[in-house]
Amino acid sequence: MRSDLETAANRETLRRVAIDPISRVEGHGKVTLLLDEAGQVHEARLHIVEFRGFEAFIEGRPYWEVPVMVQRLCGICPVSHHLAAAKALDYVVGAMPVTATADKMRRLMHYGQILQSHALHFFHLASPDLLFGFDAPVAQRNIAGVIAAHPDIARQGVGLRRFGQQVIAATAGKRIHGTAAVPGGINRHLSATDRDALQAEADPMVAWSQAAVALVRKLHTADPALYDRFGAVPSSLMSLVRADGAMDLYDGQLRLRGADGTVLRDGVPSHTYMDFITEAVKPWSYMKFPYVTDLGPEAGWYKVGPLARVQNCDFIPTPLAEAERRAFRAYGAGALLHAPLAYHWARMIEMLHAAEVIRDLLPDPDLTGGERMAEGPRAAAGVGVIEAPRGTLIHHYWVGEDDLVRWCNLIVSTTHNNEAMNRAVREVARQDFNGRTLTDSLLNHIEVAIRAYDPCLSCATHALGKMPLVVTVVDAGGACVDQRVRNG
Amino acid sequence: MVLAAGNDARGDDGIGPALLARLAALSLPAVVLVDAFQFQVEHALDLVGADAALFIDAHLGQADAVRLVPLQPAGAVAVQSHALTPAEVLRVSLQIGQTPPPSWLLSVRGDDFSLGAPLSPIARSRVDMAWTQLCAWLDAREVACQP
Repeated sequence: MRSDLETAANRETLRRVAIDPISRVEGHGKVTLLLDEAGQVHEARLHIVEFRGFEAFIEGRPYWEVPVMVQRLCGICPVSHHLAAAKALDYVVGAMPVTATADKMRRLMHYGQILQSHALHFFHLASPDLLFGFDAPVAQRNIAGVIAAHPDIARQGVGLRRFGQQVIAATAGKRIHGTAAVPGGINRHLSATDRDALQAEADPMVAWSQAAVALVRKLHTADPALYDRFGAVPSSLMSLVRADGAMDLYDGQLRLRGADGTVLRDGVPSHTYMDFITEAVKPWSYMKFPYVTDLGPEAGWYKVGPLARVQNCDFIPTPLAEAERRAFRAYGAGALLHAPLAYHWARMIEMLHAAEVIRDLLPDPDLTGGERMAEGPRAAAGVGVIEAPRGTLIHHYWVGEDDLVRWCNLIVSTTHNNEAMNRAVREVARQDFNGRTLTDSLLNHIEVAIRAYDPCLSCATHALGKMPLVVTVVDAGGACVDQRVRNG
Repeated sequence: MVLAAGNDARGDDGIGPALLARLAALSLPAVVLVDAFQFQVEHALDLVGADAALFIDAHLGQADAVRLVPLQPAGAVAVQSHALTPAEVLRVSLQIGQTPPPSWLLSVRGDDFSLGAPLSPIARSRVDMAWTQLCAWLDAREVACQP
């Protein structure tokens, strides 16, 4: 991969290609390709506009309101923000640790969130366009054939998502706007009625999830030339892992694994993230570019999310998902997979893990009884880190003696993946741009690469009236020479 | 069934929740209410058993302040979005073997979607206008729009 894509010299001679899904408020993505006079992609930038002003939205509010209000930050994974905020504020109220009941209720809620979020991708597998455009070469059309052989994908995808939301409703109180996780614990038990209803459906959900993994594995292995290389950008991987190296999506310590598989940093206490990570700023992007501080910005950037988590842990502590993790690693023959499309495979392994965790947690008596709250010496600040569906989510709060939030910092998974997504777009564009015109095929491929990371491009607000995709080509002289409009 | 999408912490995106809250205050036993940050695939399941469905959402670009129109299933479901349009929800319903109920869309123009902002004054007036149409829609289904 070329290293000069980021800061091209003589930019005035480059042609600018903007791929701009114009959405209505914020949270839209926009891709800019800078071409040289020969029409080659020389620089690529992914602009994501989101999360501006969220900290100001929180600061000045009573701390106990925060776990509820942060759910307004993201309409697609509100539970992750709910739990990350509660975990951070556990420190403030001295609830270290929380009770067994609180821990298990929160875990059940969290794995319900993982399941319902990942299930949405399983549903969208019903459209081969998710994995590759309809304009893909004939050699890649087998994707459509594999999908056609599985007519139940859509139904099972919706069913899995519904089950995940039932878990959330049973633990959080409501499907959205839940209130159960509070600083210091949880404010409700799981009812026996809800437990029994969920248990009655738990086994089919595990079976459907297992089938989902098998399907994605089949897709991947059907065309390794595509799936292993498309948009691949080797990098370090970061995630929480349990103290014994197990996958743990709710709690743990940070681990950084290098692109070659070597563990570079391990056992990093999550509350020390500010010493571990630096957020770089670039003048053309609202979104920051985090990197591991002592490795520097060139060597220290990393990927997060399912692909990182499945390859970063030493094992998955549920048997079916662990078997699939081993198959995933065996496919790589000892090497890590870095291709964006491998995210889909890893995501389904995590969905299976979530289904197993839910099934195994439900009979636990700590869910239906026991102490819900803990307390201890008050602290001024707290950090909550959780593995949200899209990757590591960090909430950090300082609270004054008047109980008002003085300062906060949020790092969301899309921010962690910022550098990786930019590089993936460059790789795809450099491979597919023909040097003359912006084709639908190129647009499709760029979208597929971005989508594999599952960035949160659309936070919390989704009114109707989205604008179409507009693609503009501007030559080195600044003139618009081509424009494409894709109706959204 | 009345399904409303929006985020009441995002200015005029709260139009849908505002109308749903007003309807909820009437406690109408014949009307099932569904609130959401955005419409998604699971709302296709919510439609099961409904005699009729009304989707409510804020709209960024429409010229009319309030628009009530019949709704047909979309031709395809977009794959890159974290949210579905109401027409795409109906499409999902068909896709998973259901027959969606007769459905309508009540869309209300919004202008200010700032984080932390309340409904704008103009949006509040449009909510009143939309409420009239919402009640007319219920009345046509023999549901009185009063406690």
